[in-house]
Amino acid sequence: MMTLFGIPAAALFGQLLLGLINGAFYAVLSLGLALIFGLLNIINFSHGAQYMVGAFVAWLGLTYLGANYWVALILAPLVVAAVGVVLERTMLSRLYKLDHLYGLLLTFGLALIIEGVFRNLYGISGIPYAVPKELAGGWNLGFMYLPIYRAWVVIASLVLCVGTWLLIEKTKLGAYLRAATENPALVQAMGINVPIMITLTYGFGVALAAFAGVLAAPIYSVNPLMGSNLIIVVFAVVVIGGMGSIMGSIVTGFMLGLLEGLTKVIYPEAASTVIFMVMVVVLLIKPAGLFGKGA
Amino acid sequence: MRNESTALLKVDGLEAWYGESHILHGMNFEVHKGEVVTLLGRNGAGKTTTMKSIMGMVGKRKGSISFEGTETINLSSNKIARLGVALCPEERGIFSSLNVKENMVLPPIVKPGGLPLAEVYELFPRLLERGSSQGTKLSGGEQQMLAIARILRTGANMLLLDEPTEGLAPVIVQHIGDIIRKLKQRGFTILLVEQNFHFAATVADRHYVVEHGHVIDMIPNAELTTNMDKLKGYLGV
Repeated sequence: MMTLFGIPAAALFGQLLLGLINGAFYAVLSLGLALIFGLLNIINFSHGAQYMVGAFVAWLGLTYLGANYWVALILAPLVVAAVGVVLERTMLSRLYKLDHLYGLLLTFGLALIIEGVFRNLYGISGIPYAVPKELAGGWNLGFMYLPIYRAWVVIASLVLCVGTWLLIEKTKLGAYLRAATENPALVQAMGINVPIMITLTYGFGVALAAFAGVLAAPIYSVNPLMGSNLIIVVFAVVVIGGMGSIMGSIVTGFMLGLLEGLTKVIYPEAASTVIFMVMVVVLLIKPAGLFGKGA
Repeated sequence: MRNESTALLKVDGLEAWYGESHILHGMNFEVHKGEVVTLLGRNGAGKTTTMKSIMGMVGKRKGSISFEGTETINLSSNKIARLGVALCPEERGIFSSLNVKENMVLPPIVKPGGLPLAEVYELFPRLLERGSSQGTKLSGGEQQMLAIARILRTGANMLLLDEPTEGLAPVIVQHIGDIIRKLKQRGFTILLVEQNFHFAATVADRHYVVEHGHVIDMIPNAELTTNMDKLKGYLGV
């Protein structure tokens, strides 16, 4: 059996792949959080619930409408974004001038309500969602077995993250977003409808969460608690990357996923806490995060 | 006597508040097409608040602000900007997350008639050289030029310049004076907030003196010399 540093290659690469997949979810979710925090000044604690709703929309769409996985990848983000837009207009928009804490508390409450509703309706045992037939099976790479669906999740997440980064950094719309993050009043006084931009940004941010939820459905099954299990880690990723930093979220998400996977091989007992250890160290040394500005 | 119909901007009984603080107590003045008009006054007189009120950036306003005959007192700032009013704010408002070029082209074109980008760079060649620099890495004078330059291409015909010479070296102040005179020749209408009345005298047609949130006097630039003692009294210099 091939080994690397005394570790079986199949085990090492298998865990790294798992880490990469987790990292892909961390990256997409923290990217949405970073976008929302940057422009809305809201720590969107309901992000995990919106990720879960994305997975449920995929399952409900398949069960009741016959909408397949590919349709769900478009439908779920649209549905969750539409609900998000309503939440932003009716609730979050009242909190922008207040401390971050108020937005966090409101979205935390919303997350509990949303999860409670789905738990009552569907229980917590988890509902299986089949891998689409086009992505079933896997490739034997010699040193490891690579399921096609998992490779797809990593690639789709990377494309989404890079696409979003390009949108923010290289387009006029992105320039408006970045400028409005710094000084929304001045951007509005230039003729830009900033309130609409804020609403659409929230919709886009939660649509990313819903997209991740659909990607996750065939891997983790559809479960009302799937978001709350993930969201604390995702917040740690955002803190490590730097609140509001787009690139920080993407790079940190993937890197921490890999670190988690590697820890599972080297010292499994620490795997579930290694991200939080990194968070503590980063907060002590660079409180603004690895990619954050200031501090 | 000017005909009232030529007033591009007419401010009538303008009151404004920041939270509970009542800042403007009935500002009255007008700016005619093609004029350069200054608001002079001591610190805290309400000059910047007047600019922000015209731009719709103050939460609570009362009275009337009419631009090209359109009442704007209840319009949001983005709609006011779309009418052709542009603000160069006191703190310059250069965005650190954008480079110089991105800062330059950020404001959208709101009307035809703005300066083409090439002409803007002719006025401010230094900004072309620094195009890829982070906006806030520019010197104070360059940031001021960028703040003025970026509103020239939008098509806005009413420019609100809030203390454009504040904290700048004399040579830069002179350059900004030259630019304002060129803009006036190009047909821009300019409302200028200044504390430096020596600078204001070199560019303006008329001066409104602001005290405690309302206009207390108007002095045509041609009569500035004969009214110098009175003006110095107003400004406490």
